[in-house]
Amino acid sequence: MKRLQIILKGIFKENPTFVLMLGMCPTLATTSSAINGMSMGLATTFVLALSNLTISAVAKFIPDKVRIPSYIVIIATFVTAIDLLMAGYIPDIHATLGIFIPLIVVNCIVLARAESFAAKNSAVDSICDGLGIGLGFTLALTLLGFVRELLGAYSVFGFKLIKTDGIILFVLAPGAFIALGYLIAIFKKIKK
Amino acid sequence: MEYILLVVAAIFVNNVVLSQFLGICPFLGVSNKVSTSLGMGGAVIFVLTIAAIVTYLIQNFILAPLKIEYMQTVCFILVIASLVQMVEIVLKKVSISLYQALGIFLPLITTNCAVLGIALLSIQKGYNLAQTTVFAFASGTGFALALLLFAGLREQLELSSNVPKSMKGMPVAMIVAGLLAMAFMGFSGVVK
Repeated sequence: MKRLQIILKGIFKENPTFVLMLGMCPTLATTSSAINGMSMGLATTFVLALSNLTISAVAKFIPDKVRIPSYIVIIATFVTAIDLLMAGYIPDIHATLGIFIPLIVVNCIVLARAESFAAKNSAVDSICDGLGIGLGFTLALTLLGFVRELLGAYSVFGFKLIKTDGIILFVLAPGAFIALGYLIAIFKKIKK
Repeated sequence: MEYILLVVAAIFVNNVVLSQFLGICPFLGVSNKVSTSLGMGGAVIFVLTIAAIVTYLIQNFILAPLKIEYMQTVCFILVIASLVQMVEIVLKKVSISLYQALGIFLPLITTNCAVLGIALLSIQKGYNLAQTTVFAFASGTGFALALLLFAGLREQLELSSNVPKSMKGMPVAMIVAGLLAMAFMGFSGVVK
């Protein structure tokens, strides 16, 4: 029961994008369509869950002074793993996300969870936290991708609804900022 | 001529923040005041250029000859993290005034994805050492320019009182960033 709460907390109460506002680079850069946003979110979830597990397991043995570099190496290992896996199995999506897959290393969410949760809690709790935060991130990215794709190309998950060009601005860079700005405002309003 | 095009393209056309979405966290985080954004911009130009040169040398003289390019992510992030520490120590000894101006921003730069991003990008694009240096310096300048403009806009935004309640703070800042990105889109097509 408690573990379910940890997962749910990551999705709503501490949603990394809308509430904590961490990891904005991939949020803006990879959400030109819902599918892209979702795959980026899932890749980050993979890294979060496994790095949280590993860090909570070894945290006791790492001297305090070198803990940040050690965490970064652990995170970078899993990022390299998912990078190679995606290049092997889903090369199309790997090509679209491009440089943002290796950049999961510097995504502040991953390091923030390692430092503030995984280092202090048990391994199973840490996996739950990683999954919850990761799913919250995936949800936010998919939602943003969905909105941008709907307005920018008039399509949903790749299916074209109206056979004309959309408001192309929303697929381009400025649309990312504007759409996210409105989504955060709506989330704030609902939360109240 | 080739280098001038490279500089114009990196600063205006493919601006790091506004069209490539690298370094969004510091862009949103330290843009409350023009004076702090100047310090951050300077520190980023400095570290970005050095990091790109060092990672170029590592890629071409260590990773490529040994055929262990898959270690790129792990290797680069460690090098950047230690490089930032070293720059901090050297600056403290060599120029105390520069250290005081940039000092507090230096630790933050490790998690600035623009640094790792530009290092990876210049290797992906196959630049030589001179091109890498110019590209990194220009990208850093582009970051500083975007940060400075955004800080100026946000200072004005603080003064206006007719922003709706749910839009206050981050949402309205996002929308302003979107408008700024739209202005930068005007440069597209200047350089191919």
